[in-house]
Order: sequence, then C-alpha cells, then structure tokens
Amino acid sequence: MTHSLSTHSLHDLSVHDLALALKNKQVSAVEAAGHFLVRSSAHANLGTYVALNEATTLAQAQAADQRIAQGSAGTLEGVPIAHKDIFVTRDFVTTAGSRMLKGYRSPFDATVVAKLASAGVVTLGKLNCDEFAMGSSNENSAIAPVGCDTVTPVRNPWNIERIPGGSSGGSAAAVAARLAPAATGTDTGGSIRQPAAFCGITGIKPTYGRASRYGMVAFASSLDQAGPMARSAQDCALLLSSLCGPDLDRDSTSLDMPAEDYSRNLNDSIEGLRIGVPQEFFGEGLSDDVRASVEAALKQYEQLGAKLVPIQLPRTELSIPVYYIIAPAEASSNLSRFDGVKFGHRAAQYTDLADMYKKTRAEGFGDEVKRRIMIGAYVLSHGYYDAYYLQAQKIRRMIADDFQNAFKQCDVIAGPVAPTVAWKLGEKSDDPVANYLADIFTLPASLAGLPGMSIPVGFSQAAQDKGMPIGMQLIGNYFGEARLLNAAHRFQQATDFHSAKPAGY
Amino acid sequence: MASASPTPKSLLVQGYEVVIGFETHAQLSTQSKIFSRASTAFGAEPNTQACAVDLALPGTLPVMNKGAVERAIEFGLAVGSHIAPRSIFARKNYFYPDLPKGYQISQFEIPVVQGGSVEFFLGEEKKSVRLVRAHLEEDAGKSLHEDFIGQTGIDLNRAGTPLLEIVTEPDMRSSAEAVAYAKELHKIVTWIGICDGNMQEGSFRCDANVSVRKPGAELGTRREIKNLNSFKFMQQAIDFEIRWQIEEIEDGRAIQQATVLFNPDTGETRAMRTKEDAADYRYFPDPDLPPLCISEQWVQEVRGRMAELPRVMAQRFVRDYGLSEYDATQLTQSLALSSYFEATTKTCGEAKLAGNWIMGEVSRRLNAQDLSIDQAPVRPLALGQLIGRISDGTISNNAARQVFDALWDGSGADVDAVIEAKGLRQMNDSSELEKIVEDVLAANAKNVAEFKAGNEKALNALVGQIMKASKGKANPQQVNTVLRAKLAA
Repeated sequence: MTHSLSTHSLHDLSVHDLALALKNKQVSAVEAAGHFLVRSSAHANLGTYVALNEATTLAQAQAADQRIAQGSAGTLEGVPIAHKDIFVTRDFVTTAGSRMLKGYRSPFDATVVAKLASAGVVTLGKLNCDEFAMGSSNENSAIAPVGCDTVTPVRNPWNIERIPGGSSGGSAAAVAARLAPAATGTDTGGSIRQPAAFCGITGIKPTYGRASRYGMVAFASSLDQAGPMARSAQDCALLLSSLCGPDLDRDSTSLDMPAEDYSRNLNDSIEGLRIGVPQEFFGEGLSDDVRASVEAALKQYEQLGAKLVPIQLPRTELSIPVYYIIAPAEASSNLSRFDGVKFGHRAAQYTDLADMYKKTRAEGFGDEVKRRIMIGAYVLSHGYYDAYYLQAQKIRRMIADDFQNAFKQCDVIAGPVAPTVAWKLGEKSDDPVANYLADIFTLPASLAGLPGMSIPVGFSQAAQDKGMPIGMQLIGNYFGEARLLNAAHRFQQATDFHSAKPAGY
Repeated sequence: MASASPTPKSLLVQGYEVVIGFETHAQLSTQSKIFSRASTAFGAEPNTQACAVDLALPGTLPVMNKGAVERAIEFGLAVGSHIAPRSIFARKNYFYPDLPKGYQISQFEIPVVQGGSVEFFLGEEKKSVRLVRAHLEEDAGKSLHEDFIGQTGIDLNRAGTPLLEIVTEPDMRSSAEAVAYAKELHKIVTWIGICDGNMQEGSFRCDANVSVRKPGAELGTRREIKNLNSFKFMQQAIDFEIRWQIEEIEDGRAIQQATVLFNPDTGETRAMRTKEDAADYRYFPDPDLPPLCISEQWVQEVRGRMAELPRVMAQRFVRDYGLSEYDATQLTQSLALSSYFEATTKTCGEAKLAGNWIMGEVSRRLNAQDLSIDQAPVRPLALGQLIGRISDGTISNNAARQVFDALWDGSGADVDAVIEAKGLRQMNDSSELEKIVEDVLAANAKNVAEFKAGNEKALNALVGQIMKASKGKANPQQVNTVLRAKLAA
C-alpha cells in the first residue's frame, strides 16, 4: 500500500476528498482517525470533545480499512466524524451536556449514528453542546470537556474569547478548527444554522421528519431535527444522503420517503433561481456587518443568474414567543423521565419519594433547563393551556402558511442566520431573553418544519467584531434540500469564504 | 345526563336514587405492547419484559401497535359506536416511579371510539347502558411494596401494555344493574377476543362512579371506587358505598368527591385521595405520535374479520334452530358455549334436545365441579351421538343419563360401547315384545279385567310389568301401542 498523501494536511481535506483518498488507499482510515485524535488533544483548550474512546475509534477505523481492502467499502468508508453529544451511542458515553446524564451509556445507537456507521463512517467522539440542546451559546453545558478538569465553555476557534454558538457549538467549533472533517448536529430552533454561521462553516437542517429522531435525546419533539455540519455544501450533501431516510419502526414522525442522493444536483445551474428576500429579516436590530455581508452575497447570487424577489414573512417576530411556548412545553414533558428512578443522576440523600424527585432534579438540571421546564409546565397548566399553548399552535400554523405564500413567488428564501456575529463569552449569560431574541431568523423555518441551511458569506469588518464569520441562511420548501445544497454549492464555487481557516488550525 | 324513564320506587334505597357510571380498563390481547415490541405475557420475572422504549431510555420514541387499534375498532363495532376517522394521543403528565416517561400516553380530547351502548337483560327487563367513549392508552408498571423492607420495588413489565378504557354514561340505577352491565361488557370483550377477561390478573378492571340523590334532584357528588377485580366484590363495594353515602347525607354531611378503595376483608370502601389532591395533568397532544387516522376501508376490513356477535347469533339460533329467545340467549353466554351447542347440534341434528341437554345436564355438572365449558369431559361429538341414540330410539332418556354419567366420569369412552356394555339398547324387535306382552297379560288376568271394566290405572300396572320383564329395554311408547292393541283384540 502506498501513501502518497502527506498526513500533516489531512485535516484540510474535505469529506469528499478524504473519502476519495481513503478509497484510493492514499491514506488509511486508521491514519486519518489517528490524525484527528491527535489534533483533538492538541486543541483540547477549545473544549469541543466531551467523550473520546481511542480504542473504539481505531477499531472502527481498522474495520473500515478491511472493508476498503476487501472492496466492500461504503460511500463514506473510513471518514472520521464526531457526533453531537445529544445522539445516544453504545460505544461512547452520552450526556446531552447535562449532569443528569453524566456517565450514561446507551444500550443502542441513534438511527443517525447507525446509518452513518453503515455508510462506513468512523466515530471520533462526542461533541459538547448546550444542556439538552437548550441554548444558543453553548455556555449551558454542565460537562467538563475531555482534557479539562472543570466545566469550561466551548470556545470559538476564530476568537477563543467568543462563544461558538449553540446548541451544536462543539460540533461547529470542532469542524472550524479541523478537529473533525464534519460533525452531526441537531436543530430545534437554529442549533445547527446559528453555530455554523458563528464558526464560519456550512450546516443544514433537513425537512422535519427526513432524519430519524430515534436516539436523539429529545428537547422539543415537534421541532428537533438532525443534520450535518461540515465545511462545504458538497460535504453536507454527502453526509445528508447517508443520514436521512425512513425509520418507520422506531420514529412515528419519520417520513415515508426514500433517501435521496443530495450530491446529484449540486452542479445544476442556478440561472433563473428565484431567491425570496424577506424584508422582515433586514429590519432594525440587524447589525451593519451582517447586513453588508448578506447583501453582498445576494449580489453574488444575482451575478450567478439568480433573481432576487422581495417577499414578506409578516409573523417573523411572533416566532419568538410561539417558539418559547411550544419548545418549553414539549421539553417540560420530555424531561420528566429524568426522575432519578431508572437511570441518570439520583440525589444521594433524601427523606421520601417527593424529596428524591426534588433533589435529583434540582441537582441534575442546570438553570436554563429548569427555566424552560417551568415555562413549559406553566403554559400547559389548567387554565393557561388555551391562552398560551393552543394559541401558539395556531400562530405556528399561520407562520407555516406565510412560508407557503412566499414560496409561490420564490424557490428559496435567503437572509441572515443571526442578527450579529458570535458574542463574547459571558456577554449574555445573565440575560436569557437577549439570547432568545437572537434566534429570531432561525425560528420561523423550525416552526414550519422547513429545511434550512447556513453558509459562510463573509467576516465582520466592525472594529469590535473584526474577523468574526458571518453566515447567510437559505430556507427551502418541504423536501427542497437538494435545491438548497445546489444553491449553496454554486455560491461556494464562486467564493472562498467557506475555505477560510481560523489562524492556528 | 341520566336516562329518561324515572327510577321505579322499588329501586330506591331509603328514598334515594342510586346513580352509577363505569370506567373499565380492558387489557387488549396483543402479543406486544402498545408502543413497543416488548412482550405483554403475564407473570414473567420483574423487568424482563421491558425494552428500551418501555424504560423510557433517552432517545426512545413510541410507535403505535396496529393490533391495538384494530381491537379498539372491533370493540366499537361490537357496541355500535362511531369509529373516529382521526383521533389524537395526548400526554398525561405526572410523576410516579412506575410511570417511566413521567407521562402516560392516552387519548384525551378526541378518542378513537365514540358513543355506542351495551344491552343486556336484568332478570326479565332489557337494559341499555350508553357509552360515552372508549380510548386507547398505555398501562403503567407496578410498585411492589411488600417484598422490600423500607423500599419499593418497581416492575415495569406491565408498562406499555395496551388498554382500552371504556367509559359509560351514569345510566345504572342499582348495584345489580351495574354488575349485570360489567358481566355483559366482559362477555363482549372476551367474545370478540380483544381481551382475555382475566380479572385476577388485572386484564379487566372496573372503576365505579357512585352517587345518590333524591329522585328528580341534580346529580349528587360522586365517589369513584377503584379497581374492582371481581363481580362479587363489585356488588359488595357498591352496596356499601351507597349505604355509606346515604348515611353521610342523612347525618347532614356533604359528600366530598373522592377516589376510594374497597377492602374485601372488611367489606368497606375507604377514601384514597380527595379532589383537593387532584393533580393538574397538563394534557397536551403527544408530538411523538401523529393523529391516529382510520379509513373506512380499514374499518370494513376489521368488520369482515370479526366473528358473529352474541346478539346476532342469538337471533340466528331462534331463526334457524327454532329455539326460544330465552334458550338462544342462554346458549350465547359465551363463544365457547355457543360453539359447543352448535357442534353438538351438527352431530345429532336435534337443536332443541341439544340445547336442553347443555342447559340441563351439562350445566349442572359444570357448576357442581366449577368447570368451564371448555373443560367439560363430554365433548360435543359424544353428546351429539348420545342425543342421536335417543332420537333414533336406541335408548331411552333414562338410559341416556346413565351413558352420559359414564362418559362424564370417564368410565366409558364411546357412546355405543357404553350402551352395549351396560345393555341399555331398547327392545325394538316387535315379535319379542309381543311375546312378553302376551306373557304378562296371561299372568295378570286381574289387571286385564279391571282395565276392561274401565280402570285406566290398571294399564300402568301392566306397563310396569312389561318394562320389568324386558329389563327396561322395551321402548315405552312401543309398549303402549302393542299393549292397547292386544287388549282391544
């Protein structure tokens, strides 16, 4: 076996090129996995990994090498990737970023994990996230990262004093810092798109029901959706093709539609593509640097032959209160199973059953989780249900209708992912509402169950935020993932924002 | 809303009208659980039949068991309900150690089975109890307080077992009517095979909502008696509860809404929790389960597979076998009994005789030995052959009883073999009989003279002599004919 590829540049290879190099035996899966494991420990200060298991990873890589040798390789055979710690895994501890699940080992793999494994993917480890995926800064994790003695936040590789975004902050930071060629994430209200934007990478959340939720520690069942995070649309397409597909025996909300090859239409022309630009996404509160980069990207699209169409999404602002009723309502119920009886944390000392429940949950959950459980329990309570939960469901339907109206005039919708670039660690940690408001552009697509993605479109020129990545959001109609990826890929062929690398990685 | 006709005075208790409604949890007879693939078999070692979904492990999700839905549809069809084309699963949120997810998946606002009625006879009177609804839900696990000192064990084998909760209007007016309703409901669910009906194992659990009021007054405050697991206790518990409530009211105390338990040892009901303790269950539609959609085609498929219902079968028995309505009702008390009857009739072709034997000799023996019809040692084929031997004149009724006894206690295996072995065959050879008759007439000139003088009773004495001489084998009817002919000659 000859290895003509020098390993020191392995981490700069895309998933696509790495898969090819593995297939052509220019590099072995064991070498590739080893390379990323070494890098991960060298950059442990970023706090991205919360679980590593070198023996398991290398065993998986060896098995991949064997399949390559035998000529029975899968499409992603030997490609090492890491999973957000919200997916349960047999071979790695799963914590969901919570003290409640510290040390928890699942007897089964999440469907997304299993599907990627059957495509040949090697698991590098588990990536940090906000506790139970609740948060937009990754500051809500209660787990000490690998190589750190204490709980310490994930850092943005573009500026380690900044947050990476959340809740898939560990995934975004790891991919940006080349500690993994790609990672899985989950998106409930923007948890793939916003950290991807903040870390200058590409991420896609497919249509609700496209990826199985089996084995994802549930936050808000009607919103949670898995997706890939990588450095390009091309890589996202490769991963998305493997992780989507029906899982009807395990997830009743899984759609009965065959998996698609999302790479097939990447190079299609976007001549005449109608891009809807919602005026509500460009109003007050949008920072100048984000506005400038997104507008420049839209111009770029025009140059590529796309047409910009002004559209309205009139209930954009309402998506914040609607989301912060529905998501906590579902979460308050989903998290009831963490009661100290069957698994996870149980208080050491208690006087009776009620005391055990109270102490277990008081100790096991962090502040943000408790806040959402309380909001959720409140809006579902007798006498408040109609005014909050039911009303929110009605407006949710209207938000989805608004999108359908918009899609009569356009093929995809484009706008900012977040109003600002990544903020400083600790900047908003005492102000939950400020955090919630920053979700305004990602929530509408989540509530409607639409596919959405984030692509890098520039860097802040503002003095205080200089050099921080800026993302643009592309929202498609139901099952429009291929078209989104096509639009993103064409943009990335014409630009190099996605190839930029933070200094030192 | 109570039924329209006023309660007859005879049913009032100390001048109070009794109002009873039922909630019954019927465990559906599926092999696997309602939202997982774990087995529902009863009696396994604790926690050996609870899979990841039943344990509510992180990442698990419910997937509806189609068999449970079909059983709900069958029930709805059996009691004339509306099968909702779209019903919703909701989460009922509360904390308890035997409730693994911290919520129970149930149906709240829109149940799968809506309306319908259960009809039955209370003595001679035909009754109809209206159903409000029947909804699908999952059972919880069990808390085991006995085996662990100072601790409680949790067995999650039962968690996720499919239940159909069947809710009535408050239509019943006496404990006897309530028990008759429960028995009829039990008959329906076991007949159509959606529930094994085993009350000891908790497969059929009844809760009775009981209140009393002066006739014509608004409904009184109800108390709910939980988990009545035998028909005997059901009647005792309701009767006690009625007396208790009347005493309270007579003593000037208001009834507090409460959930009560019946203690079979003391025969008393006792409050478990009152309305003030009632939890806010924070019901909301389960986002893990899409609405349950049932097409008309699915309903028709299920209908096509269903066995004949008891009411319909009884009508057929009247029509096709010429049975009385009473006999037909008796013979359709269970599917097993009706099958036994039909198999017997098929063998002998004598429906009325078969019915009489089953309701008479067979029932008496079963009751005496506390056996079910399936356990009857005399199977329909043998009984049919036996009845055939009566109707073809081979044996008399008396002889048939002897044969039946032998078959039942196992001393004889085959009808004809027993007849031969015991020498019970009737004398059907007329020349042999004529010889006996002539001998008897010759030897009893006195009786002959008396008969000829107009004393009919003298004939009986002659018949007796002839039967004796034939050692009981003569056919009494034939004896009569031959004798009268000889005397008239």
